[in-house]
Amino acid sequence: MSLLEIKSMTHRFGGLKAVSELNISIEPGRVEGLIGHNGAGKTTVFNLVSGFYTPTEGNIIVDGQDTGGLKPHQVTALGVARTFQNIRLWKDMTVLDNIRISQHHRLGYSFFDAVMRTKRYMKRESEITAEAYKLLEELSLVDFANEYPKNLPYGTQRKVEIARALSVKPKLLLLDEPAAGLNSSDVVTLINLVKWISDNFPVTIWMIEHHMDVVMELCSHIVCIDFGETIAEGTPEEIRNNPAVISAYLGDDNI
Amino acid sequence: MKRYNVQIILAVALAILAYLAQEEIIGKYALSVLMFMGINVILSTSLNLVNGYMGEFSCGHAGFMAVGAYVSSVLGVMLFAKDKVFGPALLDPSLSIWVFPLIVIIGGIAAALAGLLVAIPSFKTRGDYLAIITIAANYIVISVVENIDTIGGARGFMGMKSVVKAMGKTIDMPWMPIWVFIFTILSVWIIRRFISSTFGKGVPAINQDEIAAEIMSVNTNKMKMVAFMLSSGLAGVAGALFAYILGYVNPGSFTILKSTEVLVMVYLGGMGSLSGSVLSAILFTLLLEALRPLQIIKWVVVPFLLILLMQFRPEGIMGNRELPDFFPRLKRFYAFKD
Repeated sequence: MSLLEIKSMTHRFGGLKAVSELNISIEPGRVEGLIGHNGAGKTTVFNLVSGFYTPTEGNIIVDGQDTGGLKPHQVTALGVARTFQNIRLWKDMTVLDNIRISQHHRLGYSFFDAVMRTKRYMKRESEITAEAYKLLEELSLVDFANEYPKNLPYGTQRKVEIARALSVKPKLLLLDEPAAGLNSSDVVTLINLVKWISDNFPVTIWMIEHHMDVVMELCSHIVCIDFGETIAEGTPEEIRNNPAVISAYLGDDNI
Repeated sequence: MKRYNVQIILAVALAILAYLAQEEIIGKYALSVLMFMGINVILSTSLNLVNGYMGEFSCGHAGFMAVGAYVSSVLGVMLFAKDKVFGPALLDPSLSIWVFPLIVIIGGIAAALAGLLVAIPSFKTRGDYLAIITIAANYIVISVVENIDTIGGARGFMGMKSVVKAMGKTIDMPWMPIWVFIFTILSVWIIRRFISSTFGKGVPAINQDEIAAEIMSVNTNKMKMVAFMLSSGLAGVAGALFAYILGYVNPGSFTILKSTEVLVMVYLGGMGSLSGSVLSAILFTLLLEALRPLQIIKWVVVPFLLILLMQFRPEGIMGNRELPDFFPRLKRFYAFKD
Protein backbone atom coordinates (compact mmCIF):
# COMPACT_ATOMS: atom_id res chain seq x y z
CA MET A 1 0.00 0.00 0.00
CA SER A 2 1.30 3.41 -0.81
CA LEU A 3 2.03 5.82 1.99
CA LEU A 4 0.56 8.82 0.27
CA GLU A 5 -2.08 8.71 -2.37
CA ILE A 6 -3.29 11.78 -4.20
CA LYS A 7 -6.46 10.96 -6.11
CA SER A 8 -7.60 13.21 -8.94
CA MET A 9 -6.86 16.33 -6.91
CA THR A 10 -7.77 19.73 -8.30
CA HIS A 11 -7.14 23.06 -6.65
CA ARG A 12 -8.33 26.42 -7.86
CA PHE A 13 -7.32 29.87 -6.67
CA GLY A 14 -10.33 31.83 -7.86
CA GLY A 15 -10.27 31.31 -11.62
CA LEU A 16 -6.75 29.91 -11.70
CA LYS A 17 -6.39 26.16 -11.78
CA ALA A 18 -3.14 25.61 -9.88
CA VAL A 19 -3.43 21.85 -9.70
CA SER A 20 -5.63 19.84 -11.99
CA GLU A 21 -6.63 16.18 -11.84
CA LEU A 22 -3.38 15.18 -10.21
CA ASN A 23 -2.79 11.53 -9.35
CA ILE A 24 0.35 10.69 -7.45
CA SER A 25 1.18 7.85 -5.16
CA ILE A 26 4.28 7.68 -3.00
CA GLU A 27 5.66 4.31 -1.99
CA PRO A 28 7.05 3.95 1.54
CA GLY A 29 10.76 3.90 2.23
CA ARG A 30 11.93 5.77 -0.85
CA VAL A 31 13.20 9.20 -1.76
CA GLU A 32 10.95 10.63 -4.42
CA GLY A 33 11.16 13.85 -6.35
CA LEU A 34 8.70 16.41 -7.64
CA ILE A 35 10.01 18.68 -10.35
CA GLY A 36 8.62 21.24 -12.73
CA HIS A 37 9.51 24.78 -13.64
CA ASN A 38 8.53 27.85 -11.66
CA GLY A 39 4.80 28.21 -11.16
CA ALA A 40 4.09 24.64 -12.15
CA GLY A 41 2.22 24.11 -8.87
CA LYS A 42 4.78 22.10 -6.90
CA THR A 43 4.60 24.08 -3.69
CA THR A 44 0.82 24.18 -4.00
CA VAL A 45 0.86 20.38 -4.03
CA PHE A 46 2.95 20.39 -0.84
CA ASN A 47 0.66 22.95 0.77
CA LEU A 48 -2.27 20.72 -0.08
CA VAL A 49 -0.63 17.59 1.27
CA SER A 50 0.40 19.28 4.52
CA GLY A 51 -3.18 20.46 5.01
CA PHE A 52 -2.50 24.15 4.61
CA TYR A 53 -4.95 24.30 1.70
CA THR A 54 -7.96 22.07 1.24
CA PRO A 55 -8.23 20.68 -2.29
CA THR A 56 -11.18 21.96 -4.33
CA GLU A 57 -11.74 18.43 -5.61
CA GLY A 58 -10.21 15.05 -5.01
CA ASN A 59 -8.69 13.33 -2.01
CA ILE A 60 -5.38 13.04 -0.25
CA ILE A 61 -4.89 9.78 1.61
CA VAL A 62 -2.03 9.50 4.09
CA ASP A 63 -1.36 5.99 5.32
CA GLY A 64 -4.92 4.91 4.62
CA GLN A 65 -6.53 7.99 6.15
CA ASP A 66 -8.27 10.70 4.19
CA THR A 67 -6.95 14.11 5.26
CA GLY A 68 -9.99 15.96 3.96
CA GLY A 69 -11.17 18.53 6.50
CA LEU A 70 -8.18 18.11 8.79
CA LYS A 71 -6.25 21.12 10.03
CA PRO A 72 -2.51 21.30 9.31
CA HIS A 73 -1.54 20.35 12.86
CA GLN A 74 -3.79 17.29 12.64
CA VAL A 75 -2.16 16.27 9.39
CA THR A 76 1.20 16.66 11.11
CA ALA A 77 0.00 14.38 13.89
CA LEU A 78 -0.84 11.80 11.20
CA GLY A 79 2.83 11.79 10.26
CA VAL A 80 3.44 14.42 7.62
CA ALA A 81 6.17 16.95 8.34
CA ARG A 82 7.64 19.51 6.02
CA THR A 83 10.25 22.18 5.54
CA PHE A 84 9.76 25.43 3.70
CA GLN A 85 11.32 26.99 0.64
CA ASN A 86 12.25 30.07 2.65
CA ILE A 87 13.29 28.86 6.08
CA ARG A 88 10.55 29.26 8.64
CA LEU A 89 12.19 28.57 11.97
CA TRP A 90 11.07 30.42 15.08
CA LYS A 91 14.00 32.79 14.97
CA ASP A 92 13.90 34.13 18.51
CA MET A 93 13.74 30.76 20.20
CA THR A 94 16.65 28.42 20.73
CA VAL A 95 17.21 25.46 18.44
CA LEU A 96 16.23 23.21 21.34
CA ASP A 97 12.94 25.06 21.81
CA ASN A 98 12.30 24.90 18.08
CA ILE A 99 12.48 21.12 18.34
CA ARG A 100 10.50 20.89 21.57
CA ILE A 101 7.63 23.07 20.42
CA SER A 102 7.16 20.79 17.42
CA GLN A 103 6.07 18.06 19.85
CA HIS A 104 2.78 19.82 20.59
CA HIS A 105 0.76 16.97 19.06
CA ARG A 106 2.08 14.52 21.62
CA LEU A 107 2.69 16.64 24.67
CA GLY A 108 0.41 14.47 26.76
CA TYR A 109 -0.32 17.07 29.41
CA SER A 110 -2.78 19.90 29.80
CA PHE A 111 -2.68 23.56 30.79
CA PHE A 112 -3.30 22.62 34.42
CA ASP A 113 -0.42 20.14 34.43
CA ALA A 114 1.82 22.93 33.15
CA VAL A 115 0.70 25.39 35.82
CA MET A 116 0.73 22.90 38.69
CA ARG A 117 3.95 21.23 37.49
CA THR A 118 2.45 17.81 38.06
CA LYS A 119 4.39 14.56 37.87
CA ARG A 120 3.02 13.94 34.40
CA TYR A 121 4.26 17.35 33.26
CA MET A 122 7.73 16.82 34.71
CA LYS A 123 8.01 13.36 33.16
CA ARG A 124 6.84 14.43 29.70
CA GLU A 125 8.98 17.59 29.66
CA SER A 126 12.13 15.66 30.53
CA GLU A 127 11.29 12.98 27.95
CA ILE A 128 10.72 15.60 25.27
CA THR A 129 13.96 17.37 26.14
CA ALA A 130 15.91 14.10 26.15
CA GLU A 131 14.47 13.10 22.76
CA ALA A 132 15.28 16.53 21.35
CA TYR A 133 18.86 16.27 22.53
CA LYS A 134 19.14 12.77 21.10
CA LEU A 135 17.96 13.94 17.70
CA LEU A 136 20.28 16.95 17.76
CA GLU A 137 23.14 14.66 18.67
CA GLU A 138 22.36 12.31 15.80
CA LEU A 139 22.36 15.20 13.37
CA SER A 140 25.47 16.67 15.05
CA LEU A 141 23.60 19.88 15.85
CA VAL A 142 23.94 19.53 19.59
CA ASP A 143 26.48 22.36 19.79
CA PHE A 144 23.80 24.74 18.55
CA ALA A 145 21.12 23.58 20.98
CA ASN A 146 21.09 26.88 22.86
CA GLU A 147 21.78 29.12 19.89
CA TYR A 148 19.18 31.26 18.20
CA PRO A 149 18.52 30.26 14.58
CA LYS A 150 18.92 33.86 13.43
CA ASN A 151 22.58 33.69 14.48
CA LEU A 152 23.33 30.50 12.53
CA PRO A 153 24.67 30.27 8.97
CA TYR A 154 22.10 29.59 6.29
CA GLY A 155 23.16 26.00 5.66
CA THR A 156 22.88 25.18 9.35
CA GLN A 157 19.47 26.82 9.54
CA ARG A 158 18.35 24.48 6.74
CA LYS A 159 19.66 21.53 8.68
CA VAL A 160 17.90 22.71 11.85
CA GLU A 161 14.67 23.01 9.91
CA ILE A 162 15.06 19.46 8.64
CA ALA A 163 15.82 18.35 12.22
CA ARG A 164 12.67 20.10 13.41
CA ALA A 165 10.62 18.31 10.79
CA LEU A 166 12.20 14.98 11.73
CA SER A 167 11.45 15.53 15.41
CA VAL A 168 7.75 15.13 14.65
CA LYS A 169 8.61 11.50 13.86
CA PRO A 170 6.99 11.73 10.45
CA LYS A 171 6.22 8.88 8.09
CA LEU A 172 6.38 11.31 5.20
CA LEU A 173 8.88 14.15 5.10
CA LEU A 174 8.25 16.86 2.55
CA LEU A 175 11.31 18.91 1.62
CA ASP A 176 10.46 22.06 -0.30
CA GLU A 177 13.58 23.04 -2.25
CA PRO A 178 16.09 22.07 0.43
CA ALA A 179 19.02 23.16 -1.74
CA ALA A 180 17.66 26.63 -2.51
CA GLY A 181 20.19 29.29 -1.63
CA LEU A 182 22.93 26.88 -0.59
CA ASN A 183 26.48 27.06 -1.93
CA SER A 184 28.01 24.08 -3.71
CA SER A 185 29.71 22.59 -0.65
CA ASP A 186 26.49 22.94 1.38
CA VAL A 187 24.65 21.15 -1.42
CA VAL A 188 26.99 18.18 -1.12
CA THR A 189 26.42 18.13 2.65
CA LEU A 190 22.69 18.26 2.04
CA ILE A 191 22.78 15.33 -0.38
CA ASN A 192 24.66 13.26 2.18
CA LEU A 193 22.29 14.33 4.94
CA VAL A 194 19.18 13.36 3.00
CA LYS A 195 20.75 10.00 2.07
CA TRP A 196 21.69 9.43 5.68
CA ILE A 197 18.21 10.32 6.94
CA SER A 198 16.60 8.04 4.42
CA ASP A 199 18.88 5.17 5.51
CA ASN A 200 18.58 5.71 9.26
CA PHE A 201 15.04 6.89 9.87
CA PRO A 202 11.81 5.07 9.03
CA VAL A 203 10.72 7.93 6.84
CA THR A 204 9.74 8.45 3.22
CA ILE A 205 11.09 11.62 1.69
CA TRP A 206 9.39 13.58 -1.04
CA MET A 207 11.28 16.58 -2.27
CA ILE A 208 10.79 19.52 -4.59
CA GLU A 209 14.06 20.58 -6.11
CA HIS A 210 15.40 22.69 -8.93
CA HIS A 211 19.01 21.50 -8.73
CA MET A 212 18.82 18.61 -11.17
CA ASP A 213 22.03 17.04 -9.86
CA VAL A 214 20.46 16.82 -6.37
CA VAL A 215 17.28 15.25 -7.72
CA MET A 216 19.06 12.83 -10.02
CA GLU A 217 21.45 11.83 -7.24
CA LEU A 218 18.87 11.27 -4.53
CA CYS A 219 15.53 10.30 -5.97
CA SER A 220 14.62 6.83 -7.12
CA HIS A 221 11.36 8.02 -8.64
CA ILE A 222 10.45 11.42 -9.98
CA VAL A 223 7.21 13.09 -10.96
CA CYS A 224 7.35 16.08 -13.27
CA ILE A 225 4.38 18.45 -13.32
CA ASP A 226 3.51 21.37 -15.51
CA PHE A 227 0.48 23.66 -15.11
CA GLY A 228 -0.64 21.41 -12.27
CA GLU A 229 -0.73 18.28 -14.37
CA THR A 230 1.59 15.30 -14.40
CA ILE A 231 3.53 15.30 -17.63
CA ALA A 232 5.97 12.52 -16.85
CA GLU A 233 7.04 10.16 -14.15
CA GLY A 234 9.65 7.47 -13.75
CA THR A 235 13.23 6.87 -12.75
CA PRO A 236 15.77 9.70 -13.07
CA GLU A 237 17.03 8.10 -16.28
CA GLU A 238 13.57 8.03 -17.84
CA ILE A 239 12.86 11.60 -16.77
CA ARG A 240 16.12 12.85 -18.19
CA ASN A 241 15.27 11.51 -21.61
CA ASN A 242 11.57 12.21 -21.60
CA PRO A 243 10.68 14.57 -24.48
CA ALA A 244 7.77 16.12 -22.53
CA VAL A 245 10.09 17.07 -19.65
CA ILE A 246 12.69 18.44 -22.01
CA SER A 247 10.16 20.57 -23.83
CA ALA A 248 8.68 21.82 -20.53
CA TYR A 249 12.09 22.82 -19.29
CA LEU A 250 13.81 23.96 -22.47
CA GLY A 251 10.86 24.97 -24.60
CA ASP A 252 9.57 23.38 -27.78
CA ASP A 253 11.72 22.96 -30.87
CA ASN A 254 9.05 23.92 -33.34
CA ILE A 255 8.33 27.48 -32.35
CA MET B 1 17.33 25.27 50.08
CA LYS B 2 17.46 27.05 46.76
CA ARG B 3 14.01 25.77 45.88
CA TYR B 4 12.27 27.38 48.81
CA ASN B 5 14.07 30.74 49.01
CA VAL B 6 11.53 32.69 47.01
CA GLN B 7 8.58 31.11 48.73
CA ILE B 8 10.05 32.02 52.11
CA ILE B 9 10.77 35.58 51.05
CA LEU B 10 7.21 35.98 49.77
CA ALA B 11 5.67 34.50 52.92
CA VAL B 12 7.75 36.82 55.10
CA ALA B 13 6.83 39.79 52.90
CA LEU B 14 3.14 38.91 53.24
CA ALA B 15 3.45 38.60 57.02
CA ILE B 16 5.22 41.96 57.28
CA LEU B 17 2.64 43.62 55.02
CA ALA B 18 -0.22 42.19 57.08
CA TYR B 19 1.42 43.28 60.31
CA LEU B 20 2.12 46.80 59.10
CA ALA B 21 -1.42 47.17 57.81
CA GLN B 22 -2.95 45.73 60.96
CA GLU B 23 -1.02 47.98 63.34
CA GLU B 24 -1.63 50.88 60.96
CA ILE B 25 2.07 51.65 60.82
CA ILE B 26 1.65 52.41 57.14
CA GLY B 27 -1.16 54.80 56.54
CA LYS B 28 -4.32 54.17 54.54
CA TYR B 29 -2.94 56.12 51.61
CA ALA B 30 0.33 54.19 51.36
CA LEU B 31 -1.60 50.96 51.71
CA SER B 32 -3.95 51.82 48.88
CA VAL B 33 -1.00 52.73 46.66
CA LEU B 34 0.51 49.34 47.43
CA MET B 35 -2.74 47.58 46.58
CA PHE B 36 -3.11 49.42 43.27
CA MET B 37 0.46 48.46 42.55
CA GLY B 38 -0.53 44.81 42.91
CA ILE B 39 -3.53 45.27 40.64
CA ASN B 40 -1.40 47.01 38.04
CA VAL B 41 1.07 44.13 38.19
CA ILE B 42 -1.72 41.65 37.44
CA LEU B 43 -3.03 43.84 34.61
CA SER B 44 0.29 44.47 32.91
CA THR B 45 1.60 40.89 33.17
CA SER B 46 -1.65 39.45 31.85
CA LEU B 47 -1.78 41.91 28.96
CA ASN B 48 1.84 41.13 28.19
CA LEU B 49 0.80 37.55 27.53
CA VAL B 50 -1.27 38.72 24.54
CA ASN B 51 0.58 41.84 23.42
CA GLY B 52 4.12 40.74 24.17
CA TYR B 53 4.28 36.99 23.94
CA MET B 54 1.61 36.43 21.32
CA GLY B 55 2.31 39.61 19.38
CA GLU B 56 -1.30 40.63 19.00
CA PHE B 57 -2.46 44.11 19.88
CA SER B 58 -5.23 43.93 22.43
CA CYS B 59 -6.51 47.28 23.64
CA GLY B 60 -9.65 46.16 25.42
CA HIS B 61 -8.13 44.91 28.63
CA ALA B 62 -10.23 47.21 30.81
CA GLY B 63 -13.38 45.65 29.36
CA PHE B 64 -12.47 42.27 30.84
CA MET B 65 -11.53 43.99 34.05
CA ALA B 66 -15.04 45.44 34.14
CA VAL B 67 -16.60 42.00 33.69
CA GLY B 68 -14.62 40.64 36.63
CA ALA B 69 -15.36 43.70 38.75
CA TYR B 70 -19.11 43.67 38.15
CA VAL B 71 -19.64 39.91 38.39
CA SER B 72 -17.77 39.62 41.67
CA SER B 73 -19.30 42.79 43.11
CA VAL B 74 -22.85 41.76 42.33
CA LEU B 75 -22.22 38.25 43.59
CA GLY B 76 -20.60 39.47 46.82
CA VAL B 77 -23.29 42.03 47.54
CA MET B 78 -26.05 39.56 46.71
CA LEU B 79 -24.65 36.95 49.08
CA PHE B 80 -23.39 38.98 52.00
CA ALA B 81 -24.88 42.46 52.10
CA LYS B 82 -28.24 44.12 52.30
CA ASP B 83 -29.02 45.87 49.07
CA LYS B 84 -31.94 47.86 47.71
CA VAL B 85 -32.23 45.73 44.61
CA PHE B 86 -30.95 42.34 45.67
CA GLY B 87 -32.62 42.34 49.07
CA PRO B 88 -31.17 40.94 52.29
CA ALA B 89 -27.99 38.86 52.43
CA LEU B 90 -28.49 35.30 51.27
CA LEU B 91 -25.73 33.88 53.45
CA ASP B 92 -24.46 34.68 56.89
CA PRO B 93 -22.00 37.61 56.46
CA SER B 94 -19.47 35.80 58.65
CA LEU B 95 -19.08 33.24 55.86
CA SER B 96 -17.79 35.96 53.54
CA ILE B 97 -14.28 35.42 54.80
CA TRP B 98 -14.16 31.97 53.20
CA VAL B 99 -16.18 32.72 50.12
CA PHE B 100 -14.38 35.93 49.14
CA PRO B 101 -11.48 34.32 47.23
CA LEU B 102 -14.04 32.16 45.46
CA ILE B 103 -15.97 35.27 44.43
CA VAL B 104 -12.82 36.82 43.02
CA ILE B 105 -12.06 33.63 41.07
CA ILE B 106 -15.62 33.50 39.72
CA GLY B 107 -15.14 37.10 38.55
CA GLY B 108 -12.00 35.90 36.77
CA ILE B 109 -13.82 32.96 35.17
CA ALA B 110 -16.59 35.25 33.93
CA ALA B 111 -14.00 37.56 32.41
CA ALA B 112 -12.25 34.58 30.80
CA LEU B 113 -15.55 33.62 29.17
CA ALA B 114 -15.93 37.21 27.99
CA GLY B 115 -12.45 36.78 26.54
CA LEU B 116 -13.99 34.41 24.01
CA LEU B 117 -15.47 37.54 22.45
CA VAL B 118 -11.95 38.31 21.28
CA ALA B 119 -10.47 34.81 21.16
CA ILE B 120 -12.85 33.41 18.55
CA PRO B 121 -12.42 36.26 16.02
CA SER B 122 -8.65 35.92 16.53
CA PHE B 123 -8.71 32.54 14.75
CA LYS B 124 -9.15 34.30 11.44
CA THR B 125 -8.09 37.86 12.15
CA ARG B 126 -4.71 39.30 12.98
CA GLY B 127 -2.92 42.53 13.72
CA ASP B 128 -4.69 45.85 13.25
CA TYR B 129 -8.03 44.20 12.52
CA LEU B 130 -7.94 42.23 15.73
CA ALA B 131 -6.97 45.40 17.60
CA ILE B 132 -10.19 46.98 16.35
CA ILE B 133 -12.14 43.95 17.55
CA THR B 134 -10.64 44.30 21.02
CA ILE B 135 -11.65 47.97 21.15
CA ALA B 136 -15.15 46.92 20.12
CA ALA B 137 -15.20 44.28 22.86
CA ASN B 138 -14.28 46.96 25.40
CA TYR B 139 -17.14 49.17 24.20
CA ILE B 140 -19.60 46.27 24.20
CA VAL B 141 -18.87 45.50 27.85
CA ILE B 142 -19.13 49.14 28.91
CA SER B 143 -22.37 49.69 26.99
CA VAL B 144 -23.95 46.55 28.42
CA VAL B 145 -23.09 47.61 31.96
CA GLU B 146 -24.36 51.15 31.37
CA ASN B 147 -27.69 49.83 30.20
CA ILE B 148 -28.45 47.35 32.97
CA ASP B 149 -30.34 49.39 35.54
CA THR B 150 -30.35 46.73 38.28
CA ILE B 151 -26.60 47.13 38.71
CA GLY B 152 -26.77 50.89 38.67
CA GLY B 153 -26.14 51.57 35.00
CA ALA B 154 -23.90 54.54 34.43
CA ARG B 155 -24.29 55.62 38.07
CA GLY B 156 -22.22 52.69 39.26
CA PHE B 157 -22.64 50.00 41.83
CA MET B 158 -21.69 49.95 45.51
CA GLY B 159 -22.02 47.92 48.67
CA MET B 160 -18.78 45.98 48.50
CA LYS B 161 -17.41 47.87 51.50
CA SER B 162 -19.86 46.06 53.75
CA VAL B 163 -18.60 42.70 52.49
CA VAL B 164 -15.03 43.74 53.29
CA LYS B 165 -16.18 44.99 56.71
CA ALA B 166 -17.93 41.70 57.36
CA MET B 167 -14.69 39.88 56.68
CA GLY B 168 -12.85 42.14 59.12
CA LYS B 169 -15.53 41.64 61.75
CA THR B 170 -15.24 37.85 61.60
CA ILE B 171 -11.47 37.75 61.96
CA ASP B 172 -9.78 41.09 62.51
CA MET B 173 -7.14 41.19 59.83
CA PRO B 174 -6.40 43.53 56.91
CA TRP B 175 -8.02 41.21 54.39
CA MET B 176 -7.86 43.31 51.25
CA PRO B 177 -4.06 43.86 51.25
CA ILE B 178 -3.58 40.15 51.99
CA TRP B 179 -5.78 39.00 49.14
CA VAL B 180 -4.36 41.50 46.68
CA PHE B 181 -0.89 40.29 47.57
CA ILE B 182 -1.83 36.61 47.21
CA PHE B 183 -3.65 37.07 43.90
CA THR B 184 -0.82 39.18 42.49
CA ILE B 185 1.76 36.51 43.30
CA LEU B 186 -0.59 33.82 42.01
CA SER B 187 -1.12 35.61 38.68
CA VAL B 188 2.56 36.15 38.01
CA TRP B 189 3.24 32.56 39.06
CA ILE B 190 0.62 31.11 36.71
CA ILE B 191 1.82 33.18 33.76
CA ARG B 192 5.45 32.34 34.40
CA ARG B 193 4.82 28.62 34.63
CA PHE B 194 2.58 28.68 31.59
CA ILE B 195 5.03 30.60 29.47
CA SER B 196 8.05 28.53 30.44
CA SER B 197 6.40 25.20 29.60
CA THR B 198 6.70 23.67 26.16
CA PHE B 199 2.93 23.96 25.94
CA GLY B 200 3.05 27.70 26.64
CA LYS B 201 5.94 28.27 24.24
CA GLY B 202 3.40 27.63 21.50
CA VAL B 203 2.28 31.23 22.16
CA PRO B 204 5.55 32.95 21.12
CA ALA B 205 5.77 30.41 18.28
CA ILE B 206 2.54 31.89 16.91
CA ASN B 207 4.07 35.34 17.30
CA GLN B 208 7.24 34.48 15.42
CA ASP B 209 5.74 32.44 12.60
CA GLU B 210 2.12 31.46 12.72
CA ILE B 211 2.21 29.34 9.55
CA ALA B 212 5.19 27.36 10.78
CA ALA B 213 3.47 26.89 14.14
CA GLU B 214 0.31 25.55 12.55
CA ILE B 215 2.22 23.19 10.27
CA MET B 216 4.66 22.04 12.95
CA SER B 217 1.90 20.53 15.11
CA VAL B 218 0.86 23.54 17.24
CA ASN B 219 -2.91 23.81 17.48
CA THR B 220 -2.87 27.57 16.97
CA ASN B 221 -6.59 28.06 17.58
CA LYS B 222 -6.36 26.30 20.92
CA MET B 223 -3.25 28.25 21.91
CA LYS B 224 -4.90 31.57 21.03
CA MET B 225 -7.96 30.60 23.03
CA VAL B 226 -5.86 29.64 26.08
CA ALA B 227 -3.78 32.82 25.85
CA PHE B 228 -6.74 35.17 25.43
CA MET B 229 -8.81 33.47 28.12
CA LEU B 230 -5.94 33.38 30.60
CA SER B 231 -5.16 37.02 29.91
CA SER B 232 -8.74 38.24 30.21
CA GLY B 233 -9.41 35.97 33.19
CA LEU B 234 -6.56 37.49 35.14
CA ALA B 235 -7.76 40.96 34.12
CA GLY B 236 -11.10 39.91 35.64
CA VAL B 237 -9.38 38.96 38.88
CA ALA B 238 -7.67 42.36 38.92
CA GLY B 239 -11.03 44.01 38.28
CA ALA B 240 -12.67 42.11 41.13
CA LEU B 241 -9.96 43.18 43.58
CA PHE B 242 -10.15 46.75 42.26
CA ALA B 243 -13.89 46.83 42.94
CA TYR B 244 -13.51 45.57 46.51
CA ILE B 245 -10.68 47.97 47.31
CA LEU B 246 -12.67 51.00 46.15
CA GLY B 247 -16.01 49.66 47.33
CA TYR B 248 -17.57 51.31 44.31
CA VAL B 249 -17.45 50.63 40.60
CA ASN B 250 -18.81 52.55 37.66
CA PRO B 251 -18.41 51.92 33.94
CA GLY B 252 -16.34 55.10 33.65
CA SER B 253 -13.38 53.42 35.34
CA PHE B 254 -13.11 50.75 32.66
CA THR B 255 -13.05 52.77 29.46
CA ILE B 256 -10.47 52.61 26.72
CA LEU B 257 -8.40 55.09 28.76
CA LYS B 258 -7.82 52.46 31.41
CA SER B 259 -6.85 49.97 28.70
CA THR B 260 -4.37 52.49 27.36
CA GLU B 261 -2.87 52.90 30.81
CA VAL B 262 -2.24 49.14 30.94
CA LEU B 263 -0.79 49.22 27.44
CA VAL B 264 1.63 51.92 28.54
CA MET B 265 2.79 49.71 31.40
CA VAL B 266 3.38 46.78 29.06
CA TYR B 267 5.39 48.84 26.59
CA LEU B 268 7.28 50.59 29.37
CA GLY B 269 8.38 47.27 30.81
CA GLY B 270 9.22 45.59 27.56
CA MET B 271 7.29 43.23 25.33
CA GLY B 272 7.65 39.60 26.22
CA SER B 273 9.37 40.28 29.52
CA LEU B 274 7.46 39.20 32.59
CA SER B 275 9.82 40.81 35.10
CA GLY B 276 9.73 43.95 32.96
CA SER B 277 5.97 44.10 33.28
CA VAL B 278 6.12 43.67 37.05
CA LEU B 279 8.77 46.33 37.34
CA SER B 280 7.02 48.82 35.08
CA ALA B 281 3.69 48.34 36.85
CA ILE B 282 5.37 49.21 40.15
CA LEU B 283 7.25 52.17 38.66
CA PHE B 284 4.23 53.47 36.81
CA THR B 285 2.05 53.38 39.92
CA LEU B 286 4.72 55.23 41.90
CA LEU B 287 5.22 57.71 39.10
CA LEU B 288 1.53 58.55 38.92
CA GLU B 289 1.45 59.06 42.68
CA ALA B 290 4.63 61.11 42.70
CA LEU B 291 3.27 63.38 39.99
CA ARG B 292 -0.04 63.85 41.79
CA PRO B 293 0.88 67.41 42.99
CA LEU B 294 1.09 68.44 39.35
CA GLN B 295 -2.62 67.66 39.09
CA ILE B 296 -3.90 67.87 35.55
CA ILE B 297 -0.42 68.64 34.15
CA LYS B 298 0.45 65.06 35.13
CA TRP B 299 -1.25 63.90 31.96
CA VAL B 300 1.10 66.05 29.97
CA VAL B 301 4.22 64.86 31.74
CA VAL B 302 3.46 61.12 31.67
CA PRO B 303 2.77 60.89 27.93
CA PHE B 304 5.81 63.05 27.32
CA LEU B 305 7.93 60.55 29.25
CA LEU B 306 6.46 57.89 27.01
CA ILE B 307 7.56 59.79 23.92
CA LEU B 308 11.08 60.02 25.34
CA LEU B 309 11.06 56.29 26.13
CA MET B 310 9.97 55.36 22.63
CA GLN B 311 12.66 57.61 21.18
CA PHE B 312 15.57 56.37 23.23
CA ARG B 313 14.60 52.87 24.33
CA PRO B 314 11.80 51.59 22.10
CA GLU B 315 12.12 48.03 23.41
CA GLY B 316 11.08 49.12 26.91
CA ILE B 317 12.99 48.99 30.17
CA MET B 318 13.79 45.29 29.96
CA GLY B 319 13.49 44.66 26.25
CA ASN B 320 12.88 40.99 25.60
CA ARG B 321 14.92 39.91 28.58
CA GLU B 322 14.19 38.84 32.11
CA LEU B 323 15.77 39.92 35.39
CA PRO B 324 18.44 37.18 35.59
CA ASP B 325 19.78 38.28 32.22
CA PHE B 326 20.77 41.53 33.90
CA PHE B 327 21.65 40.15 37.32
CA PRO B 328 23.03 36.64 36.84
CA ARG B 329 23.60 36.35 40.57
CA LEU B 330 19.87 36.06 41.13
CA LYS B 331 20.10 32.54 39.71
CA ARG B 332 21.76 31.49 42.91
CA PHE B 333 18.52 32.02 44.76
CA TYR B 334 16.05 30.74 42.27
CA ALA B 335 16.04 28.42 39.30
CA PHE B 336 14.53 30.71 36.69
CA LYS B 337 14.34 28.27 33.82
CA ASP B 338 12.74 25.07 35.00
